[in-house]
Amino acid sequence: MNKRFKQADWYEPLIFELSHEGRVGFTVQDVEPEISDSIKEAAELIPQELYRNTAPNLPEVSEIEVLRHYIHLSQMNYGVNSGIIYPLGSCTMKYNPIINEVIASNPSITELHPEQQQSSIQGILEILYKFEQAYLEITGMDRATLQPAAGAHGEWTGIMLIRAYHKERGELLERNEIIIPDSAHGTNPASAAMAGFKTVEIPSGPDGCINLEALKAVVGPKTAGLMLTNPNTLGIFENQIAEISKIIHESGGLMYYDGANLNAIMGKCRPGDMGFDVVHVNLHKTFSTPHGGGGPGSGPVGCKEFLAKYLPVPIIEKINGEYILNYDKPYSIGKIHGYNGNINVILKAWSYILTMGGLGLKESSELAVLNANYIANKLKEVKGLSLPYSPEKPRKHESVISAEVMSKETGIRALNIAKNLLDQGIHAPTIYFPLIVPEALMIEPTESEPVEKLDKFIDAVKIISELAYSNPQEALKAPQNTVVGKLDEAKAAHPKTICLSWKKLCSLNNEL
Amino acid sequence: MNKPHQYLPNSVTEVKEKMMDSIGIKSIEELYSDIPDNLRFKKELLIPGPLNELEVKETVLSNLLKNSNLRCAPFLGGGVWPHYVPSVVDEVVRRAEFLTSYTPYQPEISQGILQCIFEYQSLICELVGMSVANASLYDWSTAIGEAALLANRLNHRNTVLVPSLISPKRLKVLKTYAEPAGIKVEMIEYDQETGQIEIEDLKNKVNQNTAAIYIENPSYLGFVEEQVEKISEIAHDNKSLFIVGVDPISLGILKAPGEYGADIVVGEGQPLGNHMNFGGPLLGIFACNHDNALIRQMPGRIIGITETIEDKRRAFVMTLQTREQHIRREKATSNICSNEALCCVASSVYLSLLGPKGMKELGELITSRAHYAMRKLNELPSIKTPMFKSYHFKEFTVNFNCSIDEVNKNLLSAHIQGGLPLKPYFPEFGDSALFCVTEMHTKKDIDILVSTLKEVLN
Repeated sequence: MNKRFKQADWYEPLIFELSHEGRVGFTVQDVEPEISDSIKEAAELIPQELYRNTAPNLPEVSEIEVLRHYIHLSQMNYGVNSGIIYPLGSCTMKYNPIINEVIASNPSITELHPEQQQSSIQGILEILYKFEQAYLEITGMDRATLQPAAGAHGEWTGIMLIRAYHKERGELLERNEIIIPDSAHGTNPASAAMAGFKTVEIPSGPDGCINLEALKAVVGPKTAGLMLTNPNTLGIFENQIAEISKIIHESGGLMYYDGANLNAIMGKCRPGDMGFDVVHVNLHKTFSTPHGGGGPGSGPVGCKEFLAKYLPVPIIEKINGEYILNYDKPYSIGKIHGYNGNINVILKAWSYILTMGGLGLKESSELAVLNANYIANKLKEVKGLSLPYSPEKPRKHESVISAEVMSKETGIRALNIAKNLLDQGIHAPTIYFPLIVPEALMIEPTESEPVEKLDKFIDAVKIISELAYSNPQEALKAPQNTVVGKLDEAKAAHPKTICLSWKKLCSLNNEL
Repeated sequence: MNKPHQYLPNSVTEVKEKMMDSIGIKSIEELYSDIPDNLRFKKELLIPGPLNELEVKETVLSNLLKNSNLRCAPFLGGGVWPHYVPSVVDEVVRRAEFLTSYTPYQPEISQGILQCIFEYQSLICELVGMSVANASLYDWSTAIGEAALLANRLNHRNTVLVPSLISPKRLKVLKTYAEPAGIKVEMIEYDQETGQIEIEDLKNKVNQNTAAIYIENPSYLGFVEEQVEKISEIAHDNKSLFIVGVDPISLGILKAPGEYGADIVVGEGQPLGNHMNFGGPLLGIFACNHDNALIRQMPGRIIGITETIEDKRRAFVMTLQTREQHIRREKATSNICSNEALCCVASSVYLSLLGPKGMKELGELITSRAHYAMRKLNELPSIKTPMFKSYHFKEFTVNFNCSIDEVNKNLLSAHIQGGLPLKPYFPEFGDSALFCVTEMHTKKDIDILVSTLKEVLN
């Protein structure tokens, strides 16, 4: 155990604590003398009531200190390109290719304003148009909007299309329920609620898939639609999807596809062919764009032709060889983003698609599934772990392992396994999700990981299992090799100690 | 594919076969055997590629170069503005440890991004004069939408009053967000001469249904709303929330909304170190007072300070998560999950570099140049700028006596992107455009704009 991982730790102060009066990190140009001679000073131009007399309390730090501070902080963080494996289930943490970053940082896109004249933005419109075509091919849909800035934003946009559809048919008052399986991401019910719907949760069957009887029991004239990921969050393909679509459609509802798990099936099957009417896809998952510590993402929404008239404006169209932004859509739900979505992210995804091609995307999915099954197959044999819900069925992009037995026998829970993985320099899987698996470890290795890293991950889990059964007290200490050890999360949220800003920290310190 | 792909380490035949052996399959197809045959996609995806790196670069960049080359930054604003991004900002956001990390669900190994976002929240609080900021929303427009929903949840009232001169795009987004919750958006009249909000009209429209009064400062048309104290008073007398939308780059010289009674501040963080990128990603600012009822209704992620259990070391963690979708599901305060975290990092670096002095000087530089531009433009006989007699920060309306689209077309032939035509949204203003001048436009750039316009108008 001498060759231990140890995360870099600079004991980095807050940027405010580096402040020294008078220092600057950036020199602002002087106003040209010809201008200052002819124009009054700002203090005189600005009405007194609106003039800022007290400067904001920002830190005063020189350039090198700012740079080092943030580089130090970056070194105290873990990324897929800088770590060794990031098997965060449902998040598809695949390699984020450097060429995509190089392309997306070209000034011909970074310095482009969204309101420039159409003739001056033909290049980017052409890319967005072509991207939409590729997106439609992969998902089996007819039209799309690239505006949604994230997956959840896409979900809400998609449900808003369903809302507009029922509204136009005069059925919205009655059709106010969206059905969602209990294994769904939290964003699904939250998005449906934000679009004004009630949510109806249905339990998964013993095989981990939608229980058709439970579904039929809740479907009816109130059903506006069903939200589903396929493969689902257990990594299992809902093979009764055609039947499910039929039940929903016959009731007058529509089918919504959450594309969080699309990485399993590119080129193998398509949501549009499974009976889905609306989809969103997370470009920051399946299409390799970096997640930036929480965002920006991008969640384009595709739909079948009959819903296309409700898509948010503008729509990108090609007319007589020219690309245009069409705002003239009377049935549109309106706008859902100030401009055209997270273009910089879409550009990276486009670069990725070109790098893979149709065959490459398909092979990515196949290898992502191979990697996931390789891990599931080995981990289910590890002492204290199991693969609940149809262990005989192949998994797709991810598997959900339960540590319930280990937890009961040793007191070492999924959380502790996660923290022990961190101590070995491996990012933890998603834990305690989906909610239907006790002590869940949701593992999605993606196609990016070489088999050696999968083995390293499997070995790491085995070591933890051995430790759990031989010396659980030691296993409870993790993490110890990360910047900080266990945190007092209750303190962070307690009304007396809650501290969400530097300002508050100063006042709390003064009270002491 | 025949050759191993550089992104697919296990595409090497020998590796793949060994892995298949280990799980007892002969073909990867077996892993898809549970998908009904009639649902399988049996064709090949009609997608260009695979291209190698050189080809990808050449293909995409040659597309992008079809965008016109301008001789200086566009004279466009309205919600995205040309501002300078210091090199240090770009250097930091390229760091793989930030760029390629996920949401910090494992705080012990993610202290870097957590501290960074905590600093972002803190810096924004100082700039806008509030005590709590969240870890970002998608953009200014969706932040207004979320603010309206929050007001409705808090006081159960269902009308939001907004100025008639609100950004038309932001208005459209607000309406989309508001509609499912049954929130109505009502417009407040403006003074024809100054553009300022018509206080009498506001008083007439405010009532027990008013969830919130929203204003933008600077306004969409670039002038500053001066009656902020009065509007704040009207809102609070009526127990409505006072929501202020800001362009944060103005706050080195303009009073912080926290100083004039804002309950919620929203805005667009793009000017603070983020490139325009054809309008995205943007950075939705959302800040409020440290009021428990308000904080617990806040949308989005929030980072807080805590300490380690063992050695009481200061540490950072996502907090108040019981508001969020992954815990509260349909009862969450918002559905937002992925946000604009990396843009927060950029803005933290930006504000740390600029500091109080830089923000003040930058504000002064911008407004001086904008006023210089207005003065020079006004010297042209057929132009009037600005339309409203109020102080303008960096954007201003310019009225022409000929077609603005023709003017812009001619400017573009000289590689200049003129202002944003207002006709589609405000036909009453005739052939007018919203121009924007920032630190990116030197005196020379402005002079060339004016001299080119002179030629164009002749």
